[in-house]
Amino acid sequence: MSIRRYALAALASAVFAGSAVAKDFTLLNVSYDPTRELYQDYNAEFINFWKKSHPGDTVKINQSHGGSGKQGRSVIDGSPADVVTLALAGDIDEIAKLGKTIPENWQTKLPDASTPYTSTIVFLVRKGNPKGIKDWGDLIKDGVSVITPNPKTSGGARWNFLAAYGYGLKSGGGDEAKANEYISKLFKHVPVLDTGARGSTITFVNNGQGDVLLAWENEAFLALKEDGGADKFDIVVPSLSILAEPPVAVVEKNAEKHGTTEIATEYLKHLYSKEGQEIAAKNFYRPRDKEVAAKYEKQFPSLNLLTIDKDFGGWKSAQPKFFDDGGVFDKIYIPQ
Amino acid sequence: MSRRISPVIPGFGLTLGYTLVYLSLIVLIPLAAMFIHASQLSAAQFWNIVTAPRVLAALRLSFGTAFYAAIINGVIGTLLAWVLVRYTFPGRKIIDAMIDLPFALPTAVAGIALTALYTPTGLVGQFAADLGIKIAYTPFGITLALTFVTLPFVVRTVQPVLADIPREVEEAAACLGARPIQVFRYILVPALLPAWLTGFALAFARGVGEYGSVIFIAGNMPMKTEILPLLIMVKLDQYDYAGATAIGVMMLVVSFILLLLINLLQRRIETPN
Repeated sequence: MSIRRYALAALASAVFAGSAVAKDFTLLNVSYDPTRELYQDYNAEFINFWKKSHPGDTVKINQSHGGSGKQGRSVIDGSPADVVTLALAGDIDEIAKLGKTIPENWQTKLPDASTPYTSTIVFLVRKGNPKGIKDWGDLIKDGVSVITPNPKTSGGARWNFLAAYGYGLKSGGGDEAKANEYISKLFKHVPVLDTGARGSTITFVNNGQGDVLLAWENEAFLALKEDGGADKFDIVVPSLSILAEPPVAVVEKNAEKHGTTEIATEYLKHLYSKEGQEIAAKNFYRPRDKEVAAKYEKQFPSLNLLTIDKDFGGWKSAQPKFFDDGGVFDKIYIPQ
Repeated sequence: MSRRISPVIPGFGLTLGYTLVYLSLIVLIPLAAMFIHASQLSAAQFWNIVTAPRVLAALRLSFGTAFYAAIINGVIGTLLAWVLVRYTFPGRKIIDAMIDLPFALPTAVAGIALTALYTPTGLVGQFAADLGIKIAYTPFGITLALTFVTLPFVVRTVQPVLADIPREVEEAAACLGARPIQVFRYILVPALLPAWLTGFALAFARGVGEYGSVIFIAGNMPMKTEILPLLIMVKLDQYDYAGATAIGVMMLVVSFILLLLINLLQRRIETPN
């Protein structure tokens, strides 16, 4: 009897000790539209990784996807996100400014300005490239119609716009008037401005509108991968584009409240590991890691890439100059 | 010696209190919050936002397309109600049930389906394109989407009134020598008009605020096919909450004035003196 009691006590203490160490974590990753597949893969990888050092824990990761700006707004308005992984730094800056749940210097907390993977803007054209489109200059030829979302409602499309503007600047020898002229001509060739990247893809792929879709490289690859996509479309890489840098950050105030600061930070850090970088590359995002990048060299052609910080002075100056009311984009449509 | 007639639902205080609390929570407080948000702007700022050329173009487009859609449904909807009430034919019950489908379908699904059909390469759009008519990505396409989502309003408001008009009244008029056009003008129109106006107003109001179904078919070109609710989304995407609420308040005021006018018109029709 005493032995049985002893055994029970031992069992109870083991259970107790176990429960004191093991924790239940639920993370909410608020992301933008085309990262769905990426984070599905990455979440599985991260849970395995975390369990290696914390075998007793249970980890559940929820994902939320939508337009980058809309997602940013939901976090400002109180969505309990532990981490945000959005399309552009400007949206996380706004969370820091208006929501105050992320510190202003969030971009210094992780390597590479908190952007673990990158992409760029390429052209998706109809199979065989019937309009002979090779570079940005071909987009403003007669009879070419271009599909791109409205940069005012789509964070992703702001990269498209800046890539085009960058080409205008380069081809005009750095003259802003020439760049404005190019961009106005380009948008005369845009028959539909969808509100988000998904809408534009539907317009181009399903509704058969336009000759060229300006797309993120990862989205263009996805369109080819989807059933029959490779028989219908080709990717054209222009001479010059922009390095699209989708950033990540821990929503510190929320994570503190949920007791998830440690795991949320680790969740983002692990994106920079070899495993995380592999998953990014497999989902057609360009990895930051040099070794992984070398391995996927064939998939990602090298091209001349502008950056938001060096060529446009960062989002803090690009956003008001190009996209706020009365900015360069509005001037295309509203007679001055 | 006043005698109070006891009402069916007892307690005027209780029912009025309940009504006020309910209306406040569901309607008044959210709307008031919007006005308070917009009041962060000075009068001049507010005026500049709501009179910007792009906002005015969107205003004309939103109210114009909603008006045309409501007119189209006013005519076709009355016809549908007429057919459903006055005739019996196989499949009538099914058609009757189908009228409400535009309400049940998520508007985004309706928008995507209509766009796929009416683009210049779509199933229907290609024939229109052969005739040189563009439907999707024009105000015409927007009107089409609004006509679809507001279809049930006029049908459902006119239908029961039409069913209540006894055939005998028309027969009596005919016996007294009224020509069919006179029966229509003096018997049917006065009876139906108040209900018709209600349906028209509902369809119109819904059309002005509609977002989901329109956004795919509109093309969203600034100054041309950009609707007001989209401009609100644009402002929100710039984190310009005050600017977005300014346009919201403007829409609300214009809609309220129009609905009030329709209501007054209705009152006049119902009490001709």
